[in-house]
Amino acid sequence: MRHIISILIENEAGALSRVSGLFSARGYNIETLTVAPTEDSSLSRMTIVTTGSDDVLEQITKQLNKLVDVVKVVDLSEAAHIERELMLIKVRATGKDREEMKRMADIFRGRIIDVTDSTYVVELTGSSSKLDSFISAIDAGLILETVRTGVSGIGRGDRILKV
Amino acid sequence: MKMTGAEIVIRCLQEEKVEYMFGYPGGAVLHIYDELFKQEQIKHILVRHEQAAVHAADGYARSTQKVGVALVTSGPGATNAVTGIATAYMDSIPIVVISGQVPVPAIGQDAFQEVDMVGITRPCVKHNFLVKDVRDLADTIKKAFHIAKTGRPGPVVVDIPKDVTAHACEFEYPQTVQMRSYNPVVKGHLGQIKKAVQLLAEAKRPIIYVGGGAVLSDAAEPLRKLAHHLGYPVTNTLMGLGAFSGTDRQNLGMLGMHGTVEANMAMHYADVVLSIGARFDDRVIGNPANFAEEPRKIIHIDIDPSSISKRVRVDVPIVGNVPDVLEEMLKLIDGKKPDPAQTADWWRQIGEWRGKNSLGYKQDKELIMPQYVVQKLYEITKGEAIVCSDVGQHQMWAAQYYPFAEPRRWLNSGGLGTMGVGLPYAMGAQFAHPDATVVCVTGEGSIQMCIQELSTAKQFRLPIKIISLNNRYLGMVRQWQEMFYGSRYSGSYMDSLPDFVKLAEAYGHVGIRVERPEDVEPALKKAFIDHKDDLVFMDFQTNREANVFPMVAAGKGLTDMILAEDL
Repeated sequence: MRHIISILIENEAGALSRVSGLFSARGYNIETLTVAPTEDSSLSRMTIVTTGSDDVLEQITKQLNKLVDVVKVVDLSEAAHIERELMLIKVRATGKDREEMKRMADIFRGRIIDVTDSTYVVELTGSSSKLDSFISAIDAGLILETVRTGVSGIGRGDRILKV
Repeated sequence: MKMTGAEIVIRCLQEEKVEYMFGYPGGAVLHIYDELFKQEQIKHILVRHEQAAVHAADGYARSTQKVGVALVTSGPGATNAVTGIATAYMDSIPIVVISGQVPVPAIGQDAFQEVDMVGITRPCVKHNFLVKDVRDLADTIKKAFHIAKTGRPGPVVVDIPKDVTAHACEFEYPQTVQMRSYNPVVKGHLGQIKKAVQLLAEAKRPIIYVGGGAVLSDAAEPLRKLAHHLGYPVTNTLMGLGAFSGTDRQNLGMLGMHGTVEANMAMHYADVVLSIGARFDDRVIGNPANFAEEPRKIIHIDIDPSSISKRVRVDVPIVGNVPDVLEEMLKLIDGKKPDPAQTADWWRQIGEWRGKNSLGYKQDKELIMPQYVVQKLYEITKGEAIVCSDVGQHQMWAAQYYPFAEPRRWLNSGGLGTMGVGLPYAMGAQFAHPDATVVCVTGEGSIQMCIQELSTAKQFRLPIKIISLNNRYLGMVRQWQEMFYGSRYSGSYMDSLPDFVKLAEAYGHVGIRVERPEDVEPALKKAFIDHKDDLVFMDFQTNREANVFPMVAAGKGLTDMILAEDL
């Protein structure tokens, strides 16, 4: 099962390595990991997408809570939530592909943010699966470069992760 | 008043009432050593290798309730300390290790004796700090002690760059610690405790399974009350020995890989397991799949939620400090004793298992049996010694044949299994208990991993008694090779051993070699009575082929025991 774990952690040097080190030492998966300070600069918010059985997820949550710098841990995927990922994708855009690529970007509500004679850079935001769909919808031979941020997530409605 | 970082370090340690600091000087900690020199409250114990400094601080902590403290320099001093830190981490021992670091501007420059101590120790500490500003020093040290001793205890490293120890700032030692991210639970959940009491009252085949957490949290007294009140059988893990008296009739002995038949069978076939500060690890229950085959209800009391339902599913988890939870249970039980008839069949069954006498061994007329040495040691020390063990066969024999009536008398590396801990543990314990009889049970393999500490023991006149069960093999390795590798003794034979008697004498101690069974008792008497105030190194030339039984092979189920008589 895929899970999205949100962590509030003290914004101190080495905080990221404590978390990533825990995952590698205990053999847990990390599919994506994002981290940045919150509105309170003493706290960082981390979002980790991981997979594992219920037992493994229980351990991941407990082990994260055990880290002295970790303030709070929530499994966002346990309830209603929103997830978003940003992708920048550079594609070859020449001849008939140029118009086709523009159309595909429109269909996926992407924006072309860089243009040359032969390339576009498309910016796309959405769930990870939407970004995957875009990649599979266009001709693989036209993809020059892809960069994705990994998932950020937030609970819906009254679900709030705050100190 | 302004103070330098070095002064602040020493003042903080004084505020924490540190009596002994085990350490080894070097460039990065020279300012601290200079301040240490100017005061008398904290006694510095110069070891001969940094690993031993941490082990000694660890042994000091294990034998008391206090936090052990070690001081090492940067680079190699720090890396030498890592084995000691990992050892303390695996057994949840509260220690604070202060390491020197190169000056802040030199960090990351591959400076002389630079190593990323915070990075290296991250997976084997409860927490660690790099202090880059002298103004954070006092706060950090206060936090380090707080973190080390609260919740599930563990080692904390404070890495201090040399320039930070030279800079000055105002000093005030904080009286309290506020950390929004760290608030360990103490009280257990009352609803869960009620469920546990109910389950225990209805149990027909109960067992109380006690681990190191009961020792660390000083739960012996409420545990004794609860166990006696219920009248249920008790088994201790290797780390739990002494938490419940080894001589009590209700005690089935140690369980696990080298546990007794009665303890392992009772653990496997129990209908209700009350786990107290134990973690169902691989050396205790063997294969978890095999353990899960038998239906049973498990109550698990532990201060660390991540220890619960880690290897086996638990029915009633209780997160809390063991003595607090046990007291709460006693209150709820309110004097109502379970009917002994309810468990009469169970005790009868246990009696049958006991009848197998699984710790029996054949005495030999010519060769000294290692088990016999431990039994005689028990008699001569009246079971009251603090026994510090190394790692290997001798460790298991000491655990099996020296029943501990009290907690904190059995010091060994259970989790990490670190050879070489015995002598430094004995040093730490002897400093903490100057009048106690402190014994190091070891083998010719383990003792050589920290043998340089014989020099420290001489410098500080520590009357430790070293019992070396010398079989001229790395015994536990040889045993596995005999049983599982067709007796191919690859790398487990030691040639060219030193003459340990002469070696002990060279360090200024007393050495005794014992070669025949009839000489065991007189030699022990000579050591413990005639040489009460000396360190005595006893080199027992034991039966080379003796093995530790019972044995559950790695990956097998608890009931799959190899007994001495099977061979």
